[in-house]
Amino acid sequence: MAKKRLLSLERKKSIFGVLFISPWIIGFLLLMAVPLYQSIRFSFSELTINATGYSLEYVGWANFNKAFFVDTWFNRSLTEAVTKMLLNVPLIIFFSLFTATLLSQKFRGRMLTRSIIFLPVVMASGVIAGLDGSNYLASMMGEAANDMEGNYTGLSGFDLIPFLLDAGMSRSVVFYFAGAVDRIYQIVTSSGVQILIFLAGIQSISPSLYEASKMEGATGYESFWKITFPMMTPLILTNTVYSIVDSFYKNNVTNYIKDIAFRQLNFGLSSAMSWAYFVLISIILLISTTIISKRVFYYD
Amino acid sequence: MKAATPNRGASAAATVREWNSSYRPVDKVKNVLWIIVRSFLLFGICFIIIYPILTKLSIAFKDRADIFDSTIVWIPRHFTMDNIYKAIELLDYFEAVTNTFILSAGTAVLQVISCALAGYGFARLKFKGSSIVFALVVFTIVIPPQTIMAPTYLHFRFFDVFGLYGLFTGKPGVNLLESYWPFFISSATAMGMKNGLYIYIFRQFFRGLPKELEEAAYVDGAGIMKSFFKVMLPNAIPAMATVALFSFVWQWNDDYFTNLYMANSVVLSKMLYILPSNLLAIRDEYSYVSLLINTATLLAIAPIFLLYLFAQRYFVESVERTGLVG
Repeated sequence: MAKKRLLSLERKKSIFGVLFISPWIIGFLLLMAVPLYQSIRFSFSELTINATGYSLEYVGWANFNKAFFVDTWFNRSLTEAVTKMLLNVPLIIFFSLFTATLLSQKFRGRMLTRSIIFLPVVMASGVIAGLDGSNYLASMMGEAANDMEGNYTGLSGFDLIPFLLDAGMSRSVVFYFAGAVDRIYQIVTSSGVQILIFLAGIQSISPSLYEASKMEGATGYESFWKITFPMMTPLILTNTVYSIVDSFYKNNVTNYIKDIAFRQLNFGLSSAMSWAYFVLISIILLISTTIISKRVFYYD
Repeated sequence: MKAATPNRGASAAATVREWNSSYRPVDKVKNVLWIIVRSFLLFGICFIIIYPILTKLSIAFKDRADIFDSTIVWIPRHFTMDNIYKAIELLDYFEAVTNTFILSAGTAVLQVISCALAGYGFARLKFKGSSIVFALVVFTIVIPPQTIMAPTYLHFRFFDVFGLYGLFTGKPGVNLLESYWPFFISSATAMGMKNGLYIYIFRQFFRGLPKELEEAAYVDGAGIMKSFFKVMLPNAIPAMATVALFSFVWQWNDDYFTNLYMANSVVLSKMLYILPSNLLAIRDEYSYVSLLINTATLLAIAPIFLLYLFAQRYFVESVERTGLVG
């Protein structure tokens, strides 16, 4: 009879660890590592599909050359995506931190408010967001409502932009914030997950910190900047990364890359574009995380 | 009483001071002002979110005659259900909802299983190099799906694990497109949509559970499997609910992967995606097309809206306790 080998708990744990992660490992090899390698190969080749699969022909840097110097749309939509991201991400971070602070306070109807604010997490994504972007009737309704207001209240005559410009604020700042007001729906709807993360973070701060600061005479404003904000810096990092990745998940560039592959059936060019896109995202992530992580404060 | 007069001023001041310190009018005003400002802001934010849904609701019951009537803003004068019937017909609604439900529920279940296993593995069952492997998990979050889109597509077009199928049958692989398999395979191997994020959520959650729970189970003679299924998983229900809801809903709304893998199937997001061009082909009238698109969108989000209505209390509370925090 075979003697049953006795394994130490540590050893057992590490074996089971590999076992537990094995679905992921299989998935990673099958659906991530292999496709990544293939897509690099595609980006340097011309791909033709036939009945038995596909064949590749090496073409060197031609696809990249085409993406950047021949194609008229790629550079443009790439710059557009990056500018949009640069404009929106700081606003999303600021807005979600602010909203999370509001939501963490105790007030009547808190549950209702929370569930409304997290509604975009479950709804404003994918195809619905796309359809809403070009919603003709809804914008018409909005205009009709504005007309009514203009006629009956006289409140809408107040125009903020010239007012602020007259007050001597810098043009770029004024237009940035005016633009933010125009994009408010987009910002609110893409902040859901970030608000959740900040809210969970704020609630994990020990209340004794606030009590102590209150005893010392700190105002709410001061305790926000001296306690909440520093404690939130690690999450600001997380959220920045998430927002950047999220903003690059689906936009004109990705649609264009997909079109190139499946409408024009040019898999090589599409792979080259997506690699250029990936490298660009990585550079942006690298720069932003190094900048932010210098200012991050860790409590322990 | 005469002796008290010189003191009257002082005693009045004392009374005022006492009144001030017991009633704190400045603090109270500040408090009330803050409550007003806060309610104002929160109401504004909620309104921004609710507004599009309200407009859709209003539009859905409007007759075509009402569209250009500028005296009608919210409540339609010619109340009609025609839009809804038409949208149901155009979307192939009931079949689409059933298919989407199977797809979303299937991926949600598989993703919860595979990500919970991986998350627990990373949190508690450390092995050599597990931190490097976890770095790879984070890497999968960052990598855009477009980068591996073309190879993955071809992969499922000619599906064949390590050439085994080809070896035995001589065929170039199975075509898995237009079926649920691409989604189910990638979910079961924790490589589906945003699975890196789910693994991260589970890992954080399991790390937050007290170690004593497991140790007690080990002392009582349970193995690793038993302690995982009997002790850890029942405690992880909030995390599982969160991940299940996220994955269900994001799969429901996703049009990127559904259009990629199931380009000709009857799924909601895909039907919605082609609806505008289909409608314009039937009738070249922009306002009518928009009317039906609004109604169709409302119909498409109605099931998840209902789901959220029932789940939201649980969801919001559990997310806060999930410990998304690092």
